[in-house]
Amino acid sequence: MKDLLNARNAVAALITAGLILLPLYTSISGNTFALTLFTRIVIFALAASSLNLIMGYGGMMSFGHAAYLGIGGYAVGILAAEGIGSGFVQWPVALAASALFALVIGALSLRTRGVYFIMITLAFAQMAYYVASGLSRYGGDDGLTIYKRSDFAGLINLSNRVQFYYLCLACLFGGLYLIWRIVNSRFGMVVQGQRSNEARMQAIGFPATRYRLACFVIAGTMCGLAGALLANNTDFVSPAVMYWTRSGDLMVMVILGGMGSLFGPVIGAVVYLMLEEFLSQVTEYWALIMGPLLLMIVLFGRGGIDGLLGRFSRG
Amino acid sequence: MLLVVEQFLNGLQFGLLLFLLAAGLTLVFGIMDFVNLAHGSLYMMGAYFAATFVAWTGNFIFGIVLALGATLLLGIVLEFLALRHLYGRDHLDHVLATFGLILFFNDAVRLIWGPAGLALPLPAWLTVPVQVIPGVFYPAYRLAIIAVALAVALLLYIVVMRTRLGMLIRAGASNREMIGALGINIKLLYTLVFGLGAALAGLAGLMQAPILTVQIGMGENILILAFVIIVIGGIGSIRGAFLAAIFVGLIDTLGRAFLPDLLRKILSSAAASTAAPALSSMLIYMLMAIVLVLRPEGLFPANRR
Repeated sequence: MKDLLNARNAVAALITAGLILLPLYTSISGNTFALTLFTRIVIFALAASSLNLIMGYGGMMSFGHAAYLGIGGYAVGILAAEGIGSGFVQWPVALAASALFALVIGALSLRTRGVYFIMITLAFAQMAYYVASGLSRYGGDDGLTIYKRSDFAGLINLSNRVQFYYLCLACLFGGLYLIWRIVNSRFGMVVQGQRSNEARMQAIGFPATRYRLACFVIAGTMCGLAGALLANNTDFVSPAVMYWTRSGDLMVMVILGGMGSLFGPVIGAVVYLMLEEFLSQVTEYWALIMGPLLLMIVLFGRGGIDGLLGRFSRG
Repeated sequence: MLLVVEQFLNGLQFGLLLFLLAAGLTLVFGIMDFVNLAHGSLYMMGAYFAATFVAWTGNFIFGIVLALGATLLLGIVLEFLALRHLYGRDHLDHVLATFGLILFFNDAVRLIWGPAGLALPLPAWLTVPVQVIPGVFYPAYRLAIIAVALAVALLLYIVVMRTRLGMLIRAGASNREMIGALGINIKLLYTLVFGLGAALAGLAGLMQAPILTVQIGMGENILILAFVIIVIGGIGSIRGAFLAAIFVGLIDTLGRAFLPDLLRKILSSAAASTAAPALSSMLIYMLMAIVLVLRPEGLFPANRR
């Protein structure tokens, strides 16, 4: 019981409680802006968590993770534009498209290591970006407006802010639970073992690439779900969600929160996006502060916020 | 035929420009093992400095020399204040820190020069068309870029392969600890190399400035191209960067120029005009993917140990 009571778990519990109780606060105070902001934060937390699965646990530094946000989003947007509004069709297509994309680029990218892996995933994401820019039927560079959110036949109404928020939150916690189960399973152990010593895992007899590829596909699919949520949240999808700086944002969230910690990316997403929101209200030139802040975090705060909390717990 | 020659020269010019950017990147990566995403920001700063100094001094050459010096200085200050503390860290730390620097530089430029782009006007003597082969005229300025970039490439080759400094640089690339142990001031060497890389990026930026407008974020797209080049060429290899840069410059330019017509022969014209822009933007990324799949270390890996 004593292990459970530390700063790390306290912060995780606090954020979880805060996220669950947020709609209560917004309905009392009438502050709908906070709900909109946090819906976005929760969606990005899901995307960052999926990146954490491959980056933190699997050691696969993907610099093209935002591609799945776009693919999930475009699957919803294109189907909606073609008159298929049912979420029961849109969402499975979004997940399947992301999984397929992850399977193809993963199979090619996982042949490389280190910086080459960072760069090849970046290149594939840029390719996806240019394909989306070239879709002139679906808005091209200008993006695609989604006039009607996914329809779940009365089961849940996505246009209701609170219902949509809770759906996003459920997806986030579902995703975290899945990651937790994966990481502690035999499969997860193999993937983590490969991060530490690939040659040794191979010598024991595990087909290294197949395990990594499976992990890569799971993470991509999960991020595709975040993409479908994001498109519904903004009622809009454009190539910009796949741009490489978006992938950079996701990476920053993971590293800021703490790589290889289950709850770290959630903290990272909350802190990063709230900081962005706060600073951009203070000054138009928010990046002037954010940039050096990131540099400071890298220089002085290794292991991210979660690492800081861990050190704090140990005293 | 005329068009082919012209586009070929355009591709060559673009490729050489990319080489200047990629050379700095690959030097810094090969020697310090440092991934510098902010290299594109130095390219942007070179262009902004040039636009400012040329306007101040009223003299194109003088302004450009000043801008080059300013970018060199900026690179050295940047390395000294922040980046040198990151050598030896995980590549991911480099990505995060320099990503922060990109954010910083973009907003700093917006604060100082405003959100609108600047123009860098050419002096009259550089705007005349030159007859390269009978009947083919080509802008003097673009020829000047080709000449300058080739001269810099040659100079770089001589410095790296034929001088004591170059010997130290190559030694540093193959074994960091050893040359430190032999009494070489490795920190100074690193600062010099980073400054050199910054100056090369600045040179690329200021030479590109009169062709395109000087604007925020101009370094980001081209930075990705430079990364593609060093990955294709083999990280740390200047020769690889040179060949890959020319290759990428040609493919990108010729693809954009001729792919639409080529596709129109195969597909219906509507489908071709939709597919062509996306496909020509993707060409070099496909090239990179193919190279990485076939030769994961790039075409000319630098240090085979």
